[in-house]
Amino acid sequence: MRVIKDKKIVDDEWSVIRDLDDAAPVPDGDVILPFHYWQANRETLLKQASKHAVWINGDTDVEDLISDLEHFSMIALDFPVFKDGRCYSHARLLKDRYDYKGDLRAIGDVLRDQLFFMHRCGIDSFQIREDKDAEDALNAFNDFTVRYQAAADDAVPIYKLR
Amino acid sequence: MYKYDNYDQTIVNERVAQFRDQTERFLAGKLTEDEFRPLRLMNGLYVQRYAPMLRVAIPYGLLSSEQLRMLAHISRKYDKNYAHFSTRQNVQYNWPALETVPDILADLASVEMHAIQTSGNDIRNTTSDQFAGIAQDELDDPRPYCEIIRQWSTFHPEFSFLPRKFKIAVSGATHDRAAVKVHDIGLYLVKNDAGEIGFNVIVGGGLGRTPFIGPSIRPFLQKQDLLSYLEAILRVYNRYGRRDNMYRARIKILVNDLGKEEFTRQVEAEWLQIKDGVMKLDQKEIDRVKGFFTAPDYDASAAEDKSFAAEQESNKSFSNWAKRNLFPHKVAGYKAVVVSLKAPGVAPGDATDEQMDHIADLADKYSFGEIVVTHDQNLVLPNVKQADLFVLWEKLLEKNLATANIGLLTDMICCPGLDFCALANAGSIPIAKQINDKFNDIDYLHDIGDIKIKMSGCMNACGHHHVGHIGILGVRKKDEEFYQLTLGGSSESDACLGERLGPSIAKAEVADVIGKLLDVYVEQRQEEERFLDTFRRVGITPFKDRVYPKKPVKEKAHASN
Ligand code: HEM
Ligand code: SF4
Repeated sequence: MRVIKDKKIVDDEWSVIRDLDDAAPVPDGDVILPFHYWQANRETLLKQASKHAVWINGDTDVEDLISDLEHFSMIALDFPVFKDGRCYSHARLLKDRYDYKGDLRAIGDVLRDQLFFMHRCGIDSFQIREDKDAEDALNAFNDFTVRYQAAADDAVPIYKLR
Repeated sequence: MYKYDNYDQTIVNERVAQFRDQTERFLAGKLTEDEFRPLRLMNGLYVQRYAPMLRVAIPYGLLSSEQLRMLAHISRKYDKNYAHFSTRQNVQYNWPALETVPDILADLASVEMHAIQTSGNDIRNTTSDQFAGIAQDELDDPRPYCEIIRQWSTFHPEFSFLPRKFKIAVSGATHDRAAVKVHDIGLYLVKNDAGEIGFNVIVGGGLGRTPFIGPSIRPFLQKQDLLSYLEAILRVYNRYGRRDNMYRARIKILVNDLGKEEFTRQVEAEWLQIKDGVMKLDQKEIDRVKGFFTAPDYDASAAEDKSFAAEQESNKSFSNWAKRNLFPHKVAGYKAVVVSLKAPGVAPGDATDEQMDHIADLADKYSFGEIVVTHDQNLVLPNVKQADLFVLWEKLLEKNLATANIGLLTDMICCPGLDFCALANAGSIPIAKQINDKFNDIDYLHDIGDIKIKMSGCMNACGHHHVGHIGILGVRKKDEEFYQLTLGGSSESDACLGERLGPSIAKAEVADVIGKLLDVYVEQRQEEERFLDTFRRVGITPFKDRVYPKKPVKEKAHASN
């Protein structure tokens, strides 16, 4: 699928599986699985596949993922509607506190005007909503050159530069 | 006051460019109404009953004369020659055209102003004491902390899509003039046993449908920990605040649902993780920001003036005004002057372009070029020499700005209500007019003394009715405007919610009912008691009995014949 990564549009192999019964067989390919499926099939998945990715949303307690972080090459954060801001905190916790090194991806209602914030919270890649122009979304990263506060990017509180 | 440097200016300039682009995309159909809404809301742009409404931030209420002139200019160029000062020390324009908003923002940016986060589910303008920096009862100036909070909260990447809006107030005085306990977070500057200054942290106050007076969750927080602690509170709220029901989404509901103890535990646990990191404030930064709020060049001989006393002796109108509209200053020979925006016949909090220009000129001439917006919707000239008061009063009179009613019955708080607001049940401005028409005898008003009437046109409580000594809430009954009264509320240090008087009353009767309440007060008051004190002593019953007299049984039987 086409995603924005490192401020460029790239194609990558990952696809999101939204609904998956815990009893269903492990899907083929590079798939982003619902976290509950991972929890239910952890041992099988660890044996069968080499790369793992899961998606969570605001309802998930990030603390539940912590012990498995090393297994995930990607964690996708789902924004069912862009106004649901819980995953901004999830992103910061995963990056700042739990030192997650893999790819953090925004999926769902991901729109240009939130990218600046998402990026600052540590989200690395963005699957822009299908009907929106991803090229156009790239402009979002240039909206602001000054950042007042520290976050998951490398910004320090601006006063330290004054 | 705080001056922008390159960083601050760049941010507001970039914001203007961003919003111009967003507006163009919306007008070109590339953004849907639903997608544009949160973007315009983050810029204070609502769509109201007749037109968009633009809310401009006035950080902690402080304006320079140049900024006030710009507000006047904007009202002239893009609106209908007036603006409305709100209970959150902001200013609102009721009639701008959407296409012109980017230009308005550019004009604002040219005087270090903006409309960032004046609406939307984000951290709003931090409010404070209108007498900050000059009050005699002040422990420490709250404004530097407000400015530090302003910068931290501006475009905070994690907290721009909160469950609901988020309001912070800071007070540094013993007497709370900033309604601190009815904010999402309220901060009181306090001193601990070691003599250090820090914050008493209140969380979960708020009005609206489910009003709460906020509890203190930490009686003393070191200044260096201000931002990390705020960040911890916001993170707990952002993660766990309800999002399923807009009316249950404020932090007050979370605090109440979890209980103060559990909420505090979660905040403290989060805080422990971040308190010693990059969020810790440098004392150097606190000192730097404090450096913007130094005292102006006061005249050391100001107190020697004799004319002020003499003019009061000889001029009754002036002395009435001096009695009500001046506030004691920490420097001898100076006063803070409250410019009343509550003249009879004017919507409370409204000022015309001419009035704004006039006040800006007076501020330059008599008050070191600064003006403060109060949370009861008046303006303050904070630093006036007593020798200048008489001329200043005369000049204020010229533009209908010297109504001697501060703190009195007609100094009402009033939301826009049905005249402008799409959510309103009932009018508030017409009730303000009704009250002004009935109580137009200045001697009577002075005799009644301190009383706070607060009015909202619906339960969203923009007019703070729950915490009015007399609260008036607009409700709707069979498609007619009715009003629910409450008594005994307060938003000050003794904050509490008002008690319901009884069934709601018809529109035409509001002022008459207030007259009855005042009669009870006048009959019952002792010595120096204010309305609120008398109410607290005698309780609601005598007031109830007067407004809703129990009809004798016989008469009732007769009436039903
Ligand atoms: C006409 C446009 C306005 C609209 C649509 C509007 C809407 C609202 C709504 C929906 C709420 C409730 C939010 C909640 O409880 O979560 C609210 C609260 C509030 N509004 Fe307004 N408002 C308007 C104008 C004003 C004005 C002019 C003022 C100042 C005079 C104001 C001051 C406030 C304050 C102080 C609150 C907070 C009450 C609380 O703590 O819950 N609003 N407003
Ligand atoms: S209290 Fe209600 S009527 Fe008044 S401004 Fe607020 S939302 Fe509108």
